[in-house]
Amino acid sequence: MRRLLPALFALLFAALPAAAQMPMLGDSIEQRERLQIGVSTTEIAITSDFAGADLTVFGSVDYADELLMAIGQYDVIVALEGPKDIATVRKKERLFGIWVNRRPMTLEHVPESYAISSTRAVDSIAVDTALNDRGVGIAHLPLIPIGFVGNAANLGEFRDAYRRLKTGSGLYARDTAGVRFVSPSLFRASLRLPANIPNGVHTVHAYLFKSGVFVADKQLLLRVVKTGLEQAITDAAHERPFLYGVFAVFLALVTGWGASVIFKKN
Amino acid sequence: MSIYLPIAELSVNIFVILGMGAAVGFLSGMFGVGGGFLITPLLIFYNIPPVVAVATGANQVVASSVSGALSHFRRGTLDVKLGTVLLIGGLVGATVGIWIFSLLRSLGQLDLFISLLYVVFLGTVGGLMLLESLNAMRRTRRNETVTLKKPGQHSWVHRLPLKMRFKKSKIYLSVIPIIALGFAIGILTSVMGVGGGFIMVPAMIYLLRIPTNVVVGTSLFQIIFVTAYTTVVQATTNYSVDIVLAFILMVAGVIGAQYGVRVGQKLRGEQLRALLGLLVLAVGLRLAIALVVTPADVYSVVVGGMN
Repeated sequence: MRRLLPALFALLFAALPAAAQMPMLGDSIEQRERLQIGVSTTEIAITSDFAGADLTVFGSVDYADELLMAIGQYDVIVALEGPKDIATVRKKERLFGIWVNRRPMTLEHVPESYAISSTRAVDSIAVDTALNDRGVGIAHLPLIPIGFVGNAANLGEFRDAYRRLKTGSGLYARDTAGVRFVSPSLFRASLRLPANIPNGVHTVHAYLFKSGVFVADKQLLLRVVKTGLEQAITDAAHERPFLYGVFAVFLALVTGWGASVIFKKN
Repeated sequence: MSIYLPIAELSVNIFVILGMGAAVGFLSGMFGVGGGFLITPLLIFYNIPPVVAVATGANQVVASSVSGALSHFRRGTLDVKLGTVLLIGGLVGATVGIWIFSLLRSLGQLDLFISLLYVVFLGTVGGLMLLESLNAMRRTRRNETVTLKKPGQHSWVHRLPLKMRFKKSKIYLSVIPIIALGFAIGILTSVMGVGGGFIMVPAMIYLLRIPTNVVVGTSLFQIIFVTAYTTVVQATTNYSVDIVLAFILMVAGVIGAQYGVRVGQKLRGEQLRALLGLLVLAVGLRLAIALVVTPADVYSVVVGGMN
């Protein structure tokens, strides 16, 4: 018990200034914090045995207040946003006993994939409005419907469904402990890229929050490309679709003919 | 070992695909059908987008029909003339089918329509096949002669004009029902990704009364061309033929088929038909259940234009 007491005191002292000095210190800083990030690669190759990949983002927080940093008032969020496209959410309803897609809602400009890592749960870093403003976090991505004519009360339902399905398929993922400070100013963020990651230009977007207030952000581009044969096949399928189709048929003819020749001998 | 499918844009386990191909190939060799009606639903159950599953299924059927048709050609159980007439209807039907396919896809009802078609056709054909073969088995047990072609009995089909003589099949028949049959199957080929053998064979036997020995070879002959045509058109309009997926299925399929043929030869015709009927019914039932049972999630998400 006697040994525990000093430890308890130390804890109390550490906690007190955090609460009391937060606003004062924040105001008195002349030099704004700066955020720097770097990625080991600017290109992720999807090979034929691609089963997902891990991406590590390194970064530093310059001109940070040392005291605030020491008591963990700085939070870093790193998000990897996939290429943006429209997405259609459909709801099935029972019609004559079978389930039929009835009501669609098309969302404009949503990232096809979204992986987010942070120093702690995004919702405990900042208040909802701050996150909504910048669209940080799966729950805070702007999901704006195009020409939605249904009942506006259903909007939330569709948005929740969209987030749930995307999270379920692994395309939207969160890691609330994925960002770690390795030194007082250096951090490392790890992001998991799922096997079904869409190819195209992705954006690594890092955000710095201080005591729940947004202070800086930084973006980097990351290309996810199919390589070699995969790319050649995709290109062929889209640029020379007729020849591609003919080749697919040819391949089938040869396979079928080959099998009948090989097995005839046996 | 996982392999990335460039058109379906997802990673799959290569052994699962090989297994599917081999199993379906085995069954198709055993029953003398293309196997498209099994491969397409299986791919959909395995999370391959239905658009890709249908187009790739058609491509796979080309391979399995070629080896089948070649062996029938060697044995002389293929009526090229009859097959060509069927083909004319088939190509027109496939073109109409592609149009329907694209329309349903834009309406977001493609998956439902594919499932409904499967349930209706597999249910009907499977049920009829099972009934017929059970009757045949009962007759054989009573030592009655089993004749599929009842002599002297002419249906309305045989009173139609534009008759043509098909030497190999030894029939004299109007081209109208033949083209109509080809047309109907052609639509199914592009919408369902099947060759249509499971419908064509019974229709040729029971409706057109074409001798059983030439039926399978001739239907396979025309299936090659209709599925080949569908593959090319699907590739040009929907960009949805996954050549990697198709190739794995084909290789496994043609090998599996060789073993299936051997097993098939040991079984009697009506036993084979009863088993095929059961199989067809089972696939149809599985799809029907999926339509009726409350889905795990009533919502679904589609990104961009791809289904």
